[in-house]
Amino acid sequence: MQKKTKWQYLKQDLHRCRTCYVMLAPYFILFFIFTVLPVLASIVIGFTDFNMLEPPNFVGWSNYIKLILEDDVFKKAFKNTIIFAVITGPLSYIMCFLFAWIINEFHGKLRAFLTLIFYAPSISGNAFMVWSIIISGDRYGYLNGWLMKWAFTYAPIQWMQTEKYVLPILIVVQLWLSLGTGFLTFIAGLQTVDKSLFEAGAMDGIKNRWQELWYITLPSMKPQLMFGAVMQITQSFAVADISINLAGNPSVNYAGATIVTHLMDYGSGTRYEMGYACAIATILFGLMVGTNQIIQKLLRRVGE
Amino acid sequence: MAEAKRKKLPFWKRKQKQLNRSMAGNTILFVVMGICGVFMALPLVMIINNAFKPLDELFRFPPQIFVRNPSLDNFSDLYVLMSSSWVPFTRYILNTIIITGCGTVGHVLCASLAAYPLAKWQFPGKKFLFQIVVLSLMFSYNVTAIPNYMIISWLGINNTYLAVVLPAFAYGLGLYLMKQFMEQIPDSLIESARLDGAGEFKIFFRIVMPNVKPAWLTLAIFQFQSLWANTGSGFLRSEQLKPLQYALYQIVGGGVARQGAGAVVQLIIAAIPITFFIICQSNIIETMTTSGMKD
Repeated sequence: MQKKTKWQYLKQDLHRCRTCYVMLAPYFILFFIFTVLPVLASIVIGFTDFNMLEPPNFVGWSNYIKLILEDDVFKKAFKNTIIFAVITGPLSYIMCFLFAWIINEFHGKLRAFLTLIFYAPSISGNAFMVWSIIISGDRYGYLNGWLMKWAFTYAPIQWMQTEKYVLPILIVVQLWLSLGTGFLTFIAGLQTVDKSLFEAGAMDGIKNRWQELWYITLPSMKPQLMFGAVMQITQSFAVADISINLAGNPSVNYAGATIVTHLMDYGSGTRYEMGYACAIATILFGLMVGTNQIIQKLLRRVGE
Repeated sequence: MAEAKRKKLPFWKRKQKQLNRSMAGNTILFVVMGICGVFMALPLVMIINNAFKPLDELFRFPPQIFVRNPSLDNFSDLYVLMSSSWVPFTRYILNTIIITGCGTVGHVLCASLAAYPLAKWQFPGKKFLFQIVVLSLMFSYNVTAIPNYMIISWLGINNTYLAVVLPAFAYGLGLYLMKQFMEQIPDSLIESARLDGAGEFKIFFRIVMPNVKPAWLTLAIFQFQSLWANTGSGFLRSEQLKPLQYALYQIVGGGVARQGAGAVVQLIIAAIPITFFIICQSNIIETMTTSGMKD
């Protein structure tokens, strides 16, 4: 009898699994059309001067060279995005875990209520618009109102028109919004930590909750910690809506510009320089995926 | 015995001392929690209160968080504005129901169907497919927005419900969560159904889906949240196709005179996803327990 080749095995496997390919088909066809194809298209279009009207010409690296050497707004946007990511990424990650960990000490209705309070901002759509009333530049804004009432200042401060206040305020609002899916994962993950580990730990000389956190809770939550990191990192690079709605686009002296607002300016705004916008999108893609991969590698190593 | 003894104590002493928990630590953490909780909740409290403030309280100096003379004027203002819109307001509501309804049902079906083989079968290409889905969690939709627009125009579904609904079917997070949750269904359950002669689709609908109810509720909630926040800008250009969210923003955009109605709009936009979350909270938490990344 002839031995089957690798190819024949594969063919046999494909035939055996035809039902499962039928099941996979609807989702993955759409996934390829609306997620994989756009990423590839974005990389390709980034090397052209496509503007929706004329057929695209290949222009090599010139979009990227222009971005890096000539576009001062992009430099500012890039810097802002990195600041956002470096501050809100780790901070929101720690907040997610810390709050989830404290909430885990509560039980029943109170726990459900606290989870709701912390999670609600991230799902309430454009609820962050209420911040525009808080930081409104006239004296009816809450912040100005209180500062004037307590005599810290005598004239209302134009929060969003003053360059130095824009970024810090946006960071605060972003942090307020950032307890999303990652936070829920931690809440859920903490409930699954094996209770008997804590008793065993107490036998082995763990004296307080901090040691318990470090030696038992964190190591047994590694999968959740990794998933939470992905959620928070991606979110921290994609800041745009709050900047556009609270600071305006363009914001004063581009103080609130991020890579995404810059991208929207060129792509879906008024300029329709799609080649250039796709180059920006590709850089954003590289930043997000690159950072995520590095952090995954680091987290995987923890506790090994 | 110990239980009976405990019940005689006043309620604040009734709780047993927990392992490794000191009073000082508890106090510090609860104070931290209290301060942060107020910070988190304050804007939401403002939204609720603003909706009930009469116009003179909305423009009071110094501003007050809590409403003094609650009135429903803002609600009736909004109602008047809604009934005077060019396209009947019920049309916007219908659009939102169609978009969120189809988008949610389609997503849950597609993602669950694809998640089942990924979780329970061995087949060529399995690892690759799952890895690109995980990769897709690592960037936001902004990256793909421009090519997506071109693809949707090219497919000729621009300015139809499909332009918003179809991409929503294939969100990465839903498939990821569903696959992780399905992995914990015991193999023996599926195996015994197979021995009884059930086809794969029958197993999927009769055995798998009823067992992953928390997961598909979670997918539905997450999907609802993102579709609810969708204003359809860019894709839905006809006024007759616009969703409720868009119409509500148009009202808020009317300037200072509509501040009262705008406050109600904010309350409505925030309250609906929060309500759904409250109803399904325990199911969502159950789903998220399996969401970790194992490699």
